[in-house]
Amino acid sequence: MPDAAVVRRPARVRTLWLLVAVAVLAAVMIASVAFGSRSVAWSDVWAALGGADGTLEQAAAAKRIPRTVLAVLVGGALGLAGAVMQGVTRNPLADPGVLGVNMGASLAVVVAVAFFGLTSATGYIWTAMLGAAVSAVFVHTVGSLGRGGATPLKLALAGAATSAAFASLVTAVILPRNDVTGSFKLWQIGGVGGASFDRIGQVLPFLAVGFVICLLSARALNSLALGDELAAGLGERVAVVRATAALGSVILCGASTAIAGPIGFVGLVVPHACRLLIGVDHRWLLPFSALLGGSLLTAADVIGRVVARPAEVDVGIVTALIGAPFFIYIVRRQKVRAL
Amino acid sequence: MSAPVVTRPPAGEAASPTVPAVRRGRVRRASRRRLVVLTLAVLVAAGFVVSLMFGQTTYPFDDVVRVVFGERVPGASFTVGRLRLPRAVLAVVAGFSFGLAGVTFQTMLRNPLASPDVIGISSGASAAAAIAIVTLSLGETAVSVLAIAAGLGVALLVYGLAFKDGVVGTRLILIGIGIAAMLDSVIQYVMSQAAEWDFQEAMRWLTGSLNGTTWEQVLPAAVALAVLSPVLLTQSRNLSALQLGEDTAAALGVRVERTRITVIVAAVGLIAFATSACGPIAFVAFLSGPIAARIVGPGTSLLVPAGLVGSLLVLVADFTGQYALGTRFPVGVVTGVLGAPYLVYLIIRTNRAGGSL
Repeated sequence: MPDAAVVRRPARVRTLWLLVAVAVLAAVMIASVAFGSRSVAWSDVWAALGGADGTLEQAAAAKRIPRTVLAVLVGGALGLAGAVMQGVTRNPLADPGVLGVNMGASLAVVVAVAFFGLTSATGYIWTAMLGAAVSAVFVHTVGSLGRGGATPLKLALAGAATSAAFASLVTAVILPRNDVTGSFKLWQIGGVGGASFDRIGQVLPFLAVGFVICLLSARALNSLALGDELAAGLGERVAVVRATAALGSVILCGASTAIAGPIGFVGLVVPHACRLLIGVDHRWLLPFSALLGGSLLTAADVIGRVVARPAEVDVGIVTALIGAPFFIYIVRRQKVRAL
Repeated sequence: MSAPVVTRPPAGEAASPTVPAVRRGRVRRASRRRLVVLTLAVLVAAGFVVSLMFGQTTYPFDDVVRVVFGERVPGASFTVGRLRLPRAVLAVVAGFSFGLAGVTFQTMLRNPLASPDVIGISSGASAAAAIAIVTLSLGETAVSVLAIAAGLGVALLVYGLAFKDGVVGTRLILIGIGIAAMLDSVIQYVMSQAAEWDFQEAMRWLTGSLNGTTWEQVLPAAVALAVLSPVLLTQSRNLSALQLGEDTAAALGVRVERTRITVIVAAVGLIAFATSACGPIAFVAFLSGPIAARIVGPGTSLLVPAGLVGSLLVLVADFTGQYALGTRFPVGVVTGVLGAPYLVYLIIRTNRAGGSL
């Protein structure tokens, strides 16, 4: 990892940042219920949080609660998946969006809905995970061809190209189905607008499994960071560890794309920010990335609702605007073999 | 038109056996290139006529010819003259502009991935045009000016950000991809700000479309092509010298910086004018150069062949998207589906060969 200088922060610093992260998450969650296209008084926000939806304002605020929960869950999943992917591939540019994994999940769902009449929510999730897994394997294979194996820039380029290819296929499948383009828009840009507790409930078991697998692989990822030989010497079964952790992140990406569409750059920005704050120990980094990912996506959603009132800007647009400059910053720091 | 740069041998060596061989090779390549250009031009003309004749209703060839030469033919005058003709003309003009500008960038940066639609220049022009038309409701001239400014700005930005002890291909391309991702979300933002999310209109600025083309849109793009393509063509010799590397080009008497600036401004201008008329038709700039290189073979200038390939691509893709697929696809979706797998293939091939891109 590039920030190897900061191996660990003192425990006191990390605990402090953890408290800050929890506080930030709580604050953006409250903001997400309070702010939106309709202005709602604070008293109504508190009433809505308590379960009341008598007045129009209270109902509006109450509708934002599932949306907030979804944003936190999806953001957390993407942040965590990004951190795990960066650990597994030892690649600072790894991100479910950059590597084309989210777009692969999107394409799988769109194709299944359009050609195979898929309608069940569980079907969406399984299909999305299949698409995510296939594209992850594909991109990694393409990126590791040739000299030097899967270097960060080769992998990112393979991912970006695959992503572009999938995106144009998604468009081609969606476009003739004009009656449903509205509902398909989700799988092209990414958004959390249509959330309800029913839909969250359907995706929750998958997210839970993904969270558990990823968080349990923290110690193994620490060993992997030392290099494959050293990790094997420490008694890790490198291939198994890598496959398990990758599976966990693919489950998270598939499940979040199934419910919120392809959202890029969260998994890229968050782990890097976390590494700056608390160091590279995965046992801290992974949960911290999940926390901060939830905050980032929720904040992006609030921004998207506030800047364009009364219209809403999908959260995928906001994260791209925030995340792409960061992507460029990391690309610039990479060493490249001269032509 | 342009031969590969070969240093002239001293007079005394004229008798050496390599010189006739070089000359023969040069003549052979030049005649092959002439044949290819001629064939492509005929194909473009044929595609143009076909897209005027066929559609929902078919008009006979002589009706189409009479309409094109300004006669009034009942029925055909409206369908062919007002609907199909501007569309087909824009297809040819935009395709040529994209192909020409694309191969210029690919040649100058010596990398097939460094085409303006991959590294964000087209997205920049498109975002500016979308803002100017959808949000600010500006007129044609102002739209084009903004699109050019944005295209040049993005080109400068990508080049500047990629510069670190020199510019390396992979870094430039990835930075361009990052910028393109941002600009595409700016376009999506602009579309979401518009009164109603208009999917068709959004498609136009994201992937390119010729739907509802009018003469007012065609004219600026056609004028730009007429003015800027001679500029690029006169630079083609310097461009092939630049391909040998800056130092070699300078030693051959090319004014490197001046050539580069002229070429960039002209190519970005072509992209910007075409984009403000029909959006950044996906991957045409990226595909035309490599296809032309495959047909023409090495050692000659690719500018004109690539432009013709671009025209042909857009004409065929638009016709296919309109009539061959059951539903009407904008041209950019068709070229996107064609071009994106080629992008992946190109990366696989380069990685296999062990290059660093």
